[in-house]
Amino acid sequence: MQMRRTGAVFAVTAMAVGLAACGGGGSYTNVVDKLKGAKEITVGTKWDQPSLGLKKGGGDPEGFDVDVAKYIVKELAGGQDVKITWKESPSSNREALLANGTVDIIFATYSITDARKPKVTFGGPYVVVHQDTMVRADAADINKATDLKDKRICQAQGSNSYKRITDPPPDGKLNLPAKLVGASNYSECVQKLSGGNLDAVTTDNLILAGFASQDPGKYKLLNDPFTDEKYGIGLKKGDKTTCEAVNKAVAKMWQDGTATQLLTKWFGKTGLDLPKEAPPAEGCA
Amino acid sequence: MDELIQYAPDLGEGFLNNIKLSLIIAVFSLIVGTILAAMRVSPTPVLRAAGTAYVNVVRNTPLTLVLAFCYLGLSDTLGLIFSTEVPLTNSFWLAVLGMSAYTAAFVCEALRSGINTVPMGQAEAARAIGLTFSQSITLVIFPQAFRAVIAPLGSVLIAMIKNTTVVAAAGYTVDVAAKMRETFDTTGVSIPIFIGIVLSFLVLILPIGWYTGWLARRLAVAR
Repeated sequence: MQMRRTGAVFAVTAMAVGLAACGGGGSYTNVVDKLKGAKEITVGTKWDQPSLGLKKGGGDPEGFDVDVAKYIVKELAGGQDVKITWKESPSSNREALLANGTVDIIFATYSITDARKPKVTFGGPYVVVHQDTMVRADAADINKATDLKDKRICQAQGSNSYKRITDPPPDGKLNLPAKLVGASNYSECVQKLSGGNLDAVTTDNLILAGFASQDPGKYKLLNDPFTDEKYGIGLKKGDKTTCEAVNKAVAKMWQDGTATQLLTKWFGKTGLDLPKEAPPAEGCA
Repeated sequence: MDELIQYAPDLGEGFLNNIKLSLIIAVFSLIVGTILAAMRVSPTPVLRAAGTAYVNVVRNTPLTLVLAFCYLGLSDTLGLIFSTEVPLTNSFWLAVLGMSAYTAAFVCEALRSGINTVPMGQAEAARAIGLTFSQSITLVIFPQAFRAVIAPLGSVLIAMIKNTTVVAAAGYTVDVAAKMRETFDTTGVSIPIFIGIVLSFLVLILPIGWYTGWLARRLAVAR
């Protein structure tokens, strides 16, 4: 019994040490202070999303989200160069990574939703994207979203974008009887689309455009948007100071033309209607 | 906790899909596994070699790879399609195919160890009274072998039930693990949802362990 109790104490201590180790990050109260003081920051992006955040080999990730992150971080630091450590932030881990301080700020196709607002403070949005549909370039029978009736669409594991097609509001949108084809992720969806094993892939248009830009001419975007997704900048809950600084930086990014330039750089050749105006700020909470 | 309650119906539906898969796979893998075991102890060298080769290859291949091969290889590339109308039904049967093929190898090995517990004299006596190979195996060897391996077969069954959580690799994205990830897309990682799913598996699997253990003791061959 004594042994067991000692074991339990060890286990609890180990967990506590583990949690403390996860915390880290010094004693700064917000990200702006940390940037100005320590001149370093940990930024979370996707690592598997072409043209948004894609890591190839040993280098830093590349893409639109990554470039926006670099711009905003530099603005937050008052124009100084800071050391950025990149961390992968998969969709399901983003809230936890922010909450335990593993990353300071997240740019990872992070839609501002009511379900997430209680857990995260969102800066931005820095761009408004729309759910759209991508088909093979030679597909003649799908020209708008409602043509997806009875078509085979992709259901990527861990994403609920398919619900906008198949379910009625509030969870969904179009309520069409489409046939779902399962896949492990969106790359597998696109692979199946090219192989003719499904008819359409539907999710945020920037994500689709990212895949389309990998194989120019092979796929086409319908440019028939049916939702608004506000991509926000994820911050630890309650960090209003940083949030307000982020919003200023986002406004500047759109004013000086950087946003348009970055969108053109990454998505210009995909035939996507690019967002032209700065999205209205949400306000910090 | 609210998240678990809110998404419980959806997750429960996924869990039912796991149970449905498990039931069908249990039947198929038991049948195929028994045939494989018979092949591995048969007097025909070709059958023995084929059985051994199959078991060694499949048992040592990662399950996700087997499932991905069924989905991307067999179905997408080679055109094995169970349902053209409903792609998820197609994926369901591909998952059943892949997992049955995989689990059968383990069933075969469990059974073979059971056959080894049957004394040699039994097989010799069966031959001596003029039974053919299939008669001696169905009437004398397997009835004793099965009783010896009820508990190990229970373990194989339990492992198989847990393995049904990777069927998304075969495109069956409506099992409980896939539903969980989909929920996390909305809510972020939720510890209560994890715990809820763990508890449902405990409720399903613990009794199987108890029951097979009890059955093994009750049906043990007295020697």
